[in-house]
Amino acid sequence: MAAIERPVAKPRPVYLNLLAIRQPLPAIVSVLHRISGALLFAVGIPLLLWFVQTSLASGDGYAAAFAPLSSWFGKLVLLALAWAWIHHVLAGLRHLALDLHIGVDLAPARKASAVVMVVAILLTLIVAVRLW
Amino acid sequence: MVGGPVDRLAVGAHYGARDWLAQRVTAIVMTLYTLLIALIVLWHGGLDYATWKAMFASAAFRVSSFLFMVSLLFHAWVGMRNILMDYAKPTSLRLALQIVVVCVLVAYAGWTAQVLWGGP
Ligand code: HEM
Repeated sequence: MAAIERPVAKPRPVYLNLLAIRQPLPAIVSVLHRISGALLFAVGIPLLLWFVQTSLASGDGYAAAFAPLSSWFGKLVLLALAWAWIHHVLAGLRHLALDLHIGVDLAPARKASAVVMVVAILLTLIVAVRLW
Repeated sequence: MVGGPVDRLAVGAHYGARDWLAQRVTAIVMTLYTLLIALIVLWHGGLDYATWKAMFASAAFRVSSFLFMVSLLFHAWVGMRNILMDYAKPTSLRLALQIVVVCVLVAYAGWTAQVLWGGP
């Protein structure tokens, strides 16, 4: 295991204050992909399981599963998760395209990132409109 | 990301071609299932209890849902482990957090089985 501890290069000064560096669009999409993935893991999966279980139990349960959506807070939670899911899937598909060497040049990569951001927000807005 | 094979550390996100591939295959399975659900809901023009119940009464739908959940849980494991490898640097902390993630995922898996096959 000693080999694993060996540093690759001599330590060099690094400046990695993420909040101070101007981030290119693909980097923002990537960070949001990570944040949305963690959000889906911690909040999305349990809520999904709770929803399916409650809604299948009975007619009353079905109503109870949708009940949180009558409050502002419930709607906001669902909206956040809808955005997380949509952004994560679109950014994930962008990853798959990049893996197939589609759109790896700078200009198309920027454009695809913009498309991911915008389409995710638009689809989330549609969800919002349907909720309210 | 594309370093030479020599002198690479065996840590850091995105190592392991098998996990890399699994992340992609599960992503495709989940995307297809998402489209399936969206199509069913659009097809019915919304959902009601009877339709919802009938969907889950179908064995094919339950198996698809199970496949989706297995993909999702495996995908979440690879993804969360990648994240922990980037931020939880001390090995002991990383191991502890990975154990937490595994326990949570196993609990989700048990809950999934209960939802799909434990119901009335
Ligand atoms: C509840 C469901 C999901 C959860 C909890 C989840 C979680 C995660 C996490 C935590 C990561 C690691 C992110 C990173 O390393 O920065 C990840 C990566 C990824 N996700 Fe998901 N994900 C889910 C659904 C999906 C779906 C439906 C797709 C479909 C396209 C997808 C596609 C991807 C891809 C392609 C990666 C790899 C990106 C990379 O190699 O950097 N995920 N996911």
